[in-house]
Amino acid sequence: MESYRKNIRVFLAFFGPTAGWLVLFFFVPLAIIWIYSFGENSSLTTIKTTWTLDNYKRLFEPEIIGLFWRSVWLSVVSTAICIVMAYPIAMVIATASRKAKPWLLLVIILPFWTNLLIRTYALLNILGTRGRLNDLLHWFWNMGHGALELVGLGSLLGEQFEPIVFLGTPGGVMIGLVYVYLPFAVLPIYSSLERLDRNYLEASLDLGASQWHTFRKILLPLSISGINTAAIITFIPLLGSFLIPNLLGRGQVDMIANVIERQFKSANDWPFGSALSLFLLYITFIILAIQSFAAMRKRNQENG
Amino acid sequence: MARKRRDRAGPFEYSRKLSLRIAFLLSAVFLYAPIVVLVVFSFNNSRRGGNVIWKGFTTKYYDKAFHNDSLVEAFTNSLTIAVVSTIFAVILGAMTAVVLWRFRFPLKPVFEGMVALPIVIPEICMGVSLAVFFSSFGLYVPSESPFPLNLTNIIIAHITFSFPFAAMVIRTRLTTFNREMEEAAKDLGATEFQVFRDILVPHMKPGLIAGALLAFTLSLDDFVITFFTSGPNTVTFPVKVYSMVRFSVTPEINAASTILILVTLIVTAVAMRFQSFEEVEK
Repeated sequence: MESYRKNIRVFLAFFGPTAGWLVLFFFVPLAIIWIYSFGENSSLTTIKTTWTLDNYKRLFEPEIIGLFWRSVWLSVVSTAICIVMAYPIAMVIATASRKAKPWLLLVIILPFWTNLLIRTYALLNILGTRGRLNDLLHWFWNMGHGALELVGLGSLLGEQFEPIVFLGTPGGVMIGLVYVYLPFAVLPIYSSLERLDRNYLEASLDLGASQWHTFRKILLPLSISGINTAAIITFIPLLGSFLIPNLLGRGQVDMIANVIERQFKSANDWPFGSALSLFLLYITFIILAIQSFAAMRKRNQENG
Repeated sequence: MARKRRDRAGPFEYSRKLSLRIAFLLSAVFLYAPIVVLVVFSFNNSRRGGNVIWKGFTTKYYDKAFHNDSLVEAFTNSLTIAVVSTIFAVILGAMTAVVLWRFRFPLKPVFEGMVALPIVIPEICMGVSLAVFFSSFGLYVPSESPFPLNLTNIIIAHITFSFPFAAMVIRTRLTTFNREMEEAAKDLGATEFQVFRDILVPHMKPGLIAGALLAFTLSLDDFVITFFTSGPNTVTFPVKVYSMVRFSVTPEINAASTILILVTLIVTAVAMRFQSFEEVEK
């Protein structure tokens, strides 16, 4: 690596355009919504920057606190489900044969390359009250009902099959979130398992520990950094997700991004929308800061 | 370790355990079943509520999708945006990667963080801020402008969120570059530009291709940021499908989605092909 001074013209030729682009089309727009977040609508189309804190005060209205609470718990639970599902997948891929490994990875990554809107739309077909999942449940119900009738317990499952309502419920939105973000969780766990020293596992088993005990005391602690990374990179996009709660929640299960969208597209309250967006941005930064702080502390500990 | 078949799975052979295999299989079914259903029902011969009951095989909805002018226009827009923004994203990404790889300069970690920021911030924040930016500076290119120009706002937005990804991929590739080659070329009298064109760029090529494919898929995939930066006459494929889905679920949307899935699959296959070439070259 060389100092930028040694070849300042080449440095500027490469640095200038990228830094310029980033400032103009990324930081300036963010600065504008930052300024707008202290403004108020003076008429339908103009916003006056009065440096008021009203938009931020509105974040503490019960309605908005409820919205945050819903977004956070939906994201936390979905992240947890993603990790629980991702761990066995990662275990299988990490220990598969050299030939099978890239194919198994492809199986997990491929849906991730498919358009998010299409995947959400695909779920819409599945989760409707007359959708495929309820078809399947109906079929099971018929089987169960038939079997129970044979033994004279026909009324146990009720007189008629009641389709489960997924759309417009937190459960349905959660299925969508897990469906979309599961591949995010698999990859970090997989790479931490892949790097792991297998001798520890052999030693544990040789010394008489059970498979379960080895998993809990050796495998899990050794892959904890992968789990942490998985949690962060699934949680952040989950918290800001718009499309899934919008299409699967049917306006009943709004998350932060849905309310932001409404401020800009229909409610026409840009200052409040800006304040909400910045709030979401700050949460993201805080999570990332905590993670890098924890990583730093861990590195210091390892170095003595 | 001896490669003989054992009856019991070994200590770390989780891929041979039945319970884990079933878990993997169930997850794969979970991930693929919705897409498979979507594709199958794009061939369903039923008019309204077509996605409820199977009524026989037909390809008429593909025909319909191909003759739906606004859908075709949206598809053309999406591909145009993806191609143009990919070219710019790769150029900017390569420049970023070279700067970070080659130079020491003050506040470098800050610049590194700035480049990574578009990757981590929530999409909605970026979409909203760009929409506000374009409109408050009067930079909204009118939707009635001639064809590729009317997409300028969306293209700018796509370049902004995809070039950091391209930079990341290209930077990884640069770490394997042997700087002695560069010095040898300079000793033999090559200029700075010749070194760049004849030595550095050929070395970066696999990274440039991988970065381009990533930028292309990201651009095709994006909904949220496009949704905020598009005008009424500059609709991309995802935005168009979104507006159709809001009204109803029809086999035509299934057909159109299947076509896009196919495009994605082809791009992925090409990407994989290039990656395996790269491994052979090593």
